[in-house]
Amino acid sequence: MPDSFIVNHDNYTDNYIRDILRSVHSIAIVGASINWKRPSNFVMKYLIQKGYRVIPVNKNSVGDQIYGQNIYPDLSSVKETVDMVDIFRPSKEAPQLVENSILIGVKVFWMQLELRNDRAAKIAEDAGVKVVMNRCPKIEYARLFGELGWSGFNTGVISVKKRRT
Amino acid sequence: MLKLHPNYGFNTLAVHSGSAPDPATGARTFPIYQTAAYVFDDADHAASLYNLQSPGFIYSRLSNPTVAALEEKLATLEGGRGGTATSSGHAAEIIALFPLMAPGMEVIVADKLYGGTINLMGKSFQKFGWKAIFVDTEDPESFQSAITDKTRAIFIENLANPGGIVTDLEEIVKIANGAGVPLIVDNTLATPFLSQPLEWGADIVVHSTTKYLSGQGNALGGIVIDSGNFPWLGNPKYPSLSSPSAEYNGLIFSETFGDLAYTMYNHAVSLRDLGCTQSPMNAWLTLNGVETLPLRMERHCSNGLAMAEFLEKHQNVEWVSHAGLKSSPYFKLGKKYFPNGTGSLFSFGVKGGYESGIKLLESVELFSHVANLGDTRSLILHPSSTTHRQLTKDQQIASGAGPEVVRLSVGIECVEDLIADIDQALNNLR
Repeated sequence: MPDSFIVNHDNYTDNYIRDILRSVHSIAIVGASINWKRPSNFVMKYLIQKGYRVIPVNKNSVGDQIYGQNIYPDLSSVKETVDMVDIFRPSKEAPQLVENSILIGVKVFWMQLELRNDRAAKIAEDAGVKVVMNRCPKIEYARLFGELGWSGFNTGVISVKKRRT
Repeated sequence: MLKLHPNYGFNTLAVHSGSAPDPATGARTFPIYQTAAYVFDDADHAASLYNLQSPGFIYSRLSNPTVAALEEKLATLEGGRGGTATSSGHAAEIIALFPLMAPGMEVIVADKLYGGTINLMGKSFQKFGWKAIFVDTEDPESFQSAITDKTRAIFIENLANPGGIVTDLEEIVKIANGAGVPLIVDNTLATPFLSQPLEWGADIVVHSTTKYLSGQGNALGGIVIDSGNFPWLGNPKYPSLSSPSAEYNGLIFSETFGDLAYTMYNHAVSLRDLGCTQSPMNAWLTLNGVETLPLRMERHCSNGLAMAEFLEKHQNVEWVSHAGLKSSPYFKLGKKYFPNGTGSLFSFGVKGGYESGIKLLESVELFSHVANLGDTRSLILHPSSTTHRQLTKDQQIASGAGPEVVRLSVGIECVEDLIADIDQALNNLR
């Protein structure tokens, strides 16, 4: 892999995250909870509001739905294209989940806040899959596309252009 | 100085951060969103906002776009993760501690402080059951020996009132880290242009934005800025952030919001319940003020140091406490923590004590006798007869506000005019 593709997992550039969030359309959330009070459920609801196709995966809730979407037991059961996998599972499960993600052709493997597994990241990147760790796509979307700034957070976004609403 | 942005420096960020053109109209100056409430798209949108599932606006007591623009600008300049603007600097002190404290818990407070803060923390905090333990700003060991299992935070002024005192931040950071409690630094007198406490390892910064940040004495306000670095998750000392919140359906702030947790809590709970929110008008005035902060601070610093050097040589002056003077015991620390200047607030002792102090402030022509600081205008104050008069004599002396002490906040006028004015007033004393 050329050097220019090496990603610093301690400090992602805004462009790296922005390109991912702009390029993916369907996101499978592994560990999505049917309990609407859980963070995974928050993220799912938010990403649906922002126009993403979100597919919940949770082996303990098969037969249920979250926001009208059927819950799949695992990634290999999903019968549609998945651009990105976002995991709400312990870091130690990440390598196996990366393998499963590669098999179904995902482009991005994302690990939530507090999650990090550099071995999983290497497996993914060696297979050409982009990796984000210890971040939340909901927070990153809100930060980079204007909503979080208006909550008083430092977005790092400097612009003299009128933002599209 | 912290690297605040991958592409831009401090002065650029002071102008641009947080205040991009208005997305609705393209207005180039950030608009004043003078509204109490915001319409919901539909019932589900309302539910999402109330449940904290989506960012957005409900009611201006919790958040407001103009106030949020100021919060982002100052969070950016301090190198923090997020900010919570408040109705005053005092409110910022309360809001900074609100997520951390509970009845019976203790905050360790350095004793070189604005007199109002000594009252607030020493007396009014008792009504919340919060206990302030005052320690010696100049003696880090006194902080260490005050740590108990009830300590929940350490609070210091960076450049301390009534001027000329520099706290050895790195030493206090070590003690806070060792105790596993956040260090809160009041950076009002320095502003992020002169010092960024987060760079040295502080966890939370507070300001009275009324001072140099707004810059013209026209808008009350305060702000709390969080580094996003303190480990709240699973931390039993801080149940507000680490345990389920009943009013938000069992949500755990540190789990759901990660490094945004403290700032989210301050908007969703602290401001919601205490109501000491900054007004959009004041936020707008301060937003404009911060754009010129670097220019003003350079002038404040050069004028302040020139004035201090003049006073030091004057026959009717006993002493001058300004960390930029080579004679100051804080000169070395000042160079370390404030390489670009130590601000324009400092104090000096006038010969003749209390009576001379009063006569001096009544004889000046260009210095306004007001209980404020960080104004474009030069200000003069005799702390023992005003800001610190509610303290005991011992407290006055301990906090550097004895009877002979005169405090100046040197403005951005022609420094030769200011020096001539003080000179005639001092010569008028005998």
